[in-house]
Amino acid sequence: MCLDCNCGAPTHTHTHAHTHLELGQDLLSRNDTQAAANRSRFGAAGVPVINLLSSPGSGKTALLERMARDWGASHRIAAVVGDLATDNDARRLQNAGLRAIQITTGQACHLEAGMVQKALATLESDGIDLAALDLLVIENVGNLVCPSAYDLGESLRVVMLSVTEGEDKPLKYPATFHAADVVVISKIDLSAAVGFERSQALRHIAQVAPRARVVEVSAKSGAGMDELLAVLGLPIPAPL
Amino acid sequence: MHELSLMEAVRDLALERAGEHRARRISTITLRIGSLAGVEPDALRFAFDVVMAGTLGEGATLVIESIQAHAFCYACRQTFPAHDGVCECPDCGSISRDLVQGRELQLASLDLDCDDDPLQP
Repeated sequence: MCLDCNCGAPTHTHTHAHTHLELGQDLLSRNDTQAAANRSRFGAAGVPVINLLSSPGSGKTALLERMARDWGASHRIAAVVGDLATDNDARRLQNAGLRAIQITTGQACHLEAGMVQKALATLESDGIDLAALDLLVIENVGNLVCPSAYDLGESLRVVMLSVTEGEDKPLKYPATFHAADVVVISKIDLSAAVGFERSQALRHIAQVAPRARVVEVSAKSGAGMDELLAVLGLPIPAPL
Repeated sequence: MHELSLMEAVRDLALERAGEHRARRISTITLRIGSLAGVEPDALRFAFDVVMAGTLGEGATLVIESIQAHAFCYACRQTFPAHDGVCECPDCGSISRDLVQGRELQLASLDLDCDDDPLQP
């Protein structure tokens, strides 16, 4: 081995140069470029887009079903749903009256901007015009780790935790909570049953999600849904 | 676990540069990873050997520069380390909304061995 440089070549029988390149290149630049394209497309269509993140079982799909039930008559809502396998969630949402497209990611633990781009093409070929929607929800793969690094082009990132997951959940997943615009606390109808310490949870959310607005909802009872509408910047429908 | 696909992105970027410089091999790859990037350095190291096998980057040294998250406190006019992502100023206790670093996910630099580097003066 060359003793000057450990380059692996036989000792001093070669001439060579060593080059040091300072790069500072973002590893997710390809995703970010696709996300920017999605964002300008959403902007041109004038549709707000939510990237909804949570652990498996926090109630993302139940929340969407509740949105369909409460808001479906006054707002045109579509959903893009990511899961490792099955189209069960998309079918649940379609049964609830939402226009829903399933993305099955196979082994991928998160959605990427390019997958959303493809789902948009499917939405369009199904006759759903982005510009005619009041809200598009992208339900990410249930995972509080991996999706956080991937911009999808959304206008709001919503991170959800349910009261059954414990007040310190935000502290365990700071990277994901840091990127949140909105934090939704779900299943608040179970607060008393599980002894949920609300003030402690709010404090933990403030510590690691300092930019986020917090909304507390129950998809079961419908509590907090008007507040969620307001936080999403959508008009509240007149009571029937 | 998306460290494998991230490391494939590292490999592709590194091999592209190595090709431009007609490198014989890549000796060191340096990444810059923020503590709030959502990536596990150990998993990156594991993925590194797998994705570099059989390329100019096989046997290269992987250096990971860890960037501790910092936030800025407007009350105290100072930055402070946001340990575990907690943005609470250690001096005044106020919550900072201003993260100044910690989400980096970058290929910081490359070291190449070249017989005759066409891009060097």
